[in-house]
Amino acid sequence: MKLGVLFTGGKDSTYAMYIAKKLGYKIACLITIKSQNPESYMFHTPSITAVIKQAQVMGLPLILKTTAGEKEKELKDLEEAIKEAIEKHKIEGVITGAVESVYQASRVQKICNKLNIECFNPLWQKNQFELLNDLIKNNFKVILSGVFAYPLNEKWLGKVIDEKFIEEIKELNRKYQINPAGEGGEFETLVLNCPLFKRELKIVSKKVSGEGNSFRMEVELK
Amino acid sequence: MILIINICKEKLHYYEFVKPIEDIVKQDYFTKHYKEISQADLERASKIIICGTSLKDEEYLKNLENFNWIKDFQKPILGICGGAQIIGLIFGGKLKTKTEIGLKKVNFQKEFLGTIGEKEVYELHNYYAEFSDNFEIFAKNELPQATKHKSKEVFCTLFHPEVRQKQIINNFANR
Repeated sequence: MKLGVLFTGGKDSTYAMYIAKKLGYKIACLITIKSQNPESYMFHTPSITAVIKQAQVMGLPLILKTTAGEKEKELKDLEEAIKEAIEKHKIEGVITGAVESVYQASRVQKICNKLNIECFNPLWQKNQFELLNDLIKNNFKVILSGVFAYPLNEKWLGKVIDEKFIEEIKELNRKYQINPAGEGGEFETLVLNCPLFKRELKIVSKKVSGEGNSFRMEVELK
Repeated sequence: MILIINICKEKLHYYEFVKPIEDIVKQDYFTKHYKEISQADLERASKIIICGTSLKDEEYLKNLENFNWIKDFQKPILGICGGAQIIGLIFGGKLKTKTEIGLKKVNFQKEFLGTIGEKEVYELHNYYAEFSDNFEIFAKNELPQATKHKSKEVFCTLFHPEVRQKQIINNFANR
């Protein structure tokens, strides 16, 4: 079965794709929605330049759509992008990295049901620490590219998800209820390397913006 | 030992519809696909949970003969979504079409595996079973959402308790 991945460049959509590939599913394309609304409930705010590089090192075509990020309009834009993937790449289903968000998952389910294609959420309801440990075990190199909750600050940007990170986030989970996988939007991640990549991506330059407990890091990769 | 039954046509859906239930049950379970269940599995099982599957997957409905054992099974069963449809049909109910996707409020008029009153549940179905008179409805919106066989320990939820109302699975596993 040929599948498209709703891809953000972060750990969840990349790891979901990895599980599918390991089971023998064919990944036909990546679908990325760039929302111009940083408050969007539906979409993370992916670094577009990073996603383009990630698609290149996976040798996958990328369908890239920009949405203004207005509540129902952004769903229409997502539907159009999936339609394009069906027409161009003959996909019969999509994979998402949804873990906990019924808001995101049910909206993608509705679109897939309307378009009569399968919807796969291989990380659905997965234990957050199990997910972080799986990333390490499977040689994913993942960094934090955005932080959005107290007590996280700009010092966390660029941190690699490793055993030490898991210990630190466990402590923050205990003290401040920070979700260990960033599912509450506490942080966003960027995958620099994983078994799906032909080579590791290197950070050439970075630009940090934000204030207080909300920072984002835009990176140039090569 | 609880037998968890996978009804998914696609291998990748195991992670979405079966593993979350294994994670709630945690111990003392074994998992089998419905096409691979043997008489020995049914004897070994102290209870059975039949999981759901994706909106587009209708294969289980074409293979209902694989579930004829349900009629004579004397130990507790919990059917979830597609699993509930299978149980309903095996006990003489009718398959009906109605799509529900996402969170819904449902009123449990009677206690159902430790759950009572108005609760939020997660729905993901294009079909439901209209149950025969052998079943009592414990919770409903416009559809029967939680039902139990009147004389058997056979429980059904049209919604997915592995997403919201996880205690239903825990209470079934530990009763």
